[in-house]
Amino acid sequence: MSGYWTGIVTILAINVVFAYGIYLAVATGQLNLGGAGFQALGAYAAAWLCFELDWSPAWTIAAGTVVAGVIGMGIAIPILRLKGVYLVLGTFAFAEVVAGLILNSETLGGAMGLPVPAYIEWQVPVAAAVACALLVFYLMATRFGLAVRSVHDDDVVADLMGVNVRGVRVAAFALGAALAGLSGGLYAHAFSYVEIQGFNASLSIYVLLYVLLGGAQTAWGPLVGAAFFTLLPEAMRSFLPAAKEAIWTAFGVTGDISPPDESWRFVVLGAAVIAMMVFRPEGLVTRDTFAFPRRRSPAAAPTREAAE
Amino acid sequence: MSLEVTGLEVAYGRTRAVRGLTLRVEPGEIVTVLGANGAGKTSLLRALQGAVKPAGGQIVYNGHDLTGQGAAARVRAGIALVPEGRQIFVSMTVHENLLMGGYLRGDDKLNRDVEAIYDRFPNLASRRDMRASVLSGGEQQMLAVGRALVARPSLVMLDEPSLGLSPLFVERLFGLIREINAEGLSILLVEQNTHMALETATRGYVLELGQVTREGPAERLAADASMAEAYLGGGADPAPAPA
Repeated sequence: MSGYWTGIVTILAINVVFAYGIYLAVATGQLNLGGAGFQALGAYAAAWLCFELDWSPAWTIAAGTVVAGVIGMGIAIPILRLKGVYLVLGTFAFAEVVAGLILNSETLGGAMGLPVPAYIEWQVPVAAAVACALLVFYLMATRFGLAVRSVHDDDVVADLMGVNVRGVRVAAFALGAALAGLSGGLYAHAFSYVEIQGFNASLSIYVLLYVLLGGAQTAWGPLVGAAFFTLLPEAMRSFLPAAKEAIWTAFGVTGDISPPDESWRFVVLGAAVIAMMVFRPEGLVTRDTFAFPRRRSPAAAPTREAAE
Repeated sequence: MSLEVTGLEVAYGRTRAVRGLTLRVEPGEIVTVLGANGAGKTSLLRALQGAVKPAGGQIVYNGHDLTGQGAAARVRAGIALVPEGRQIFVSMTVHENLLMGGYLRGDDKLNRDVEAIYDRFPNLASRRDMRASVLSGGEQQMLAVGRALVARPSLVMLDEPSLGLSPLFVERLFGLIREINAEGLSILLVEQNTHMALETATRGYVLELGQVTREGPAERLAADASMAEAYLGGGADPAPAPA
């Protein structure tokens, strides 16, 4: 693969892991807008352990996952008392606090960031993304997954059925934070450098968008959402100049046509987000996407019996 | 196998919604709790199901003191609730809704009991993989009852089960209540439909302002003239709603 494509695949894999982290919180009905904070924790834990203590990537990434997971659990216990928009703001504030602390920490390089001497090839994030997807698919198929979805649907009735609503929420949030931390550790080693400015609010918003627009009802959503939003801007790189050329030519312009401004890619991305909110508010992939073929069989069964 | 509630107090801040309420459900009974809106019926059930902590009094089931314990303890002790307004999990399938009823069951007979629910409600069987939101109101109520039964309770509490159902489904629902009672389950029925409730129940309690003002066998309550006036619409017409 060319350097360009390995870069894309690496960032795609990292985004998928990151999106699954946020998905686990969203699946219990909680919007986590502090994704960048948890990713930064994992990234800086890995970077610091590698840079200062010379740990190997396997250990630094594992440590980054654990650090983010433990802090995620510690933060979940008070923060999940909040509801709705206050919870969103609480997680957002958490990410800002993390960024502020790192920015002012000399140990962690402050605004300069930290170099990460050990480098990992693209295969590592890809393997991690596959493992995360399998883990989340498995979890959602277990009794825990059933509890997660019941809490998402109606926490009062879930409690009536005997579900430990708080426990499920804290567990899902903390596990999600660990996955976000894992994505941070992968990022640190794949890009050899961490600087806190990269872990900003718009990153938190983007990863939440991957999940919500991919679809939060099934574990396919984060995968599809992350893929769509990582690949769309890249696809625009070649599509937009071609489109401009076609339009200009159609209007009789000949000769050398300059490619459109880079920022058009993000205009298209923004338009795509709005279009999806209007036409597909439940996300690209919903439960009905898979229910459709199954729905037919019970209805078809009596007809067959009648025919026999 | 009896539920004993003694001196129950439920308060929201300084408002006392239930005041020193004493109530009993013996094994195999259908007991109904009647009362106008705001009489404390919902607060009573919320306390019974563990959604609010009582400010005083005791809730004992089969010798287990459940006062101040959470909903999970009630389910384990054998109490299942069919909540008001059906409250099924709308984005989950019919089958998953039924599985949720047995969430706390660790035994391997869960699937057999879910199949038994399908035998009881063939309408649900043909929709098992559909989202519960596509069910009609009556089917949703059947699902809510089925979900409660999957927990293998010995006491089923129903909160306004006939609310919003067509007369035909109300008939079927009360038939179903008698049916599961005949299978040995005790029933605590909180209802607005006084007529149907008293016809079905063995005993009843009438709540006013959080207190029991009348109790006794259902026939006697139904025959009570003032009862009829207050709750059966047998007396003066209710005040017309302001235009």
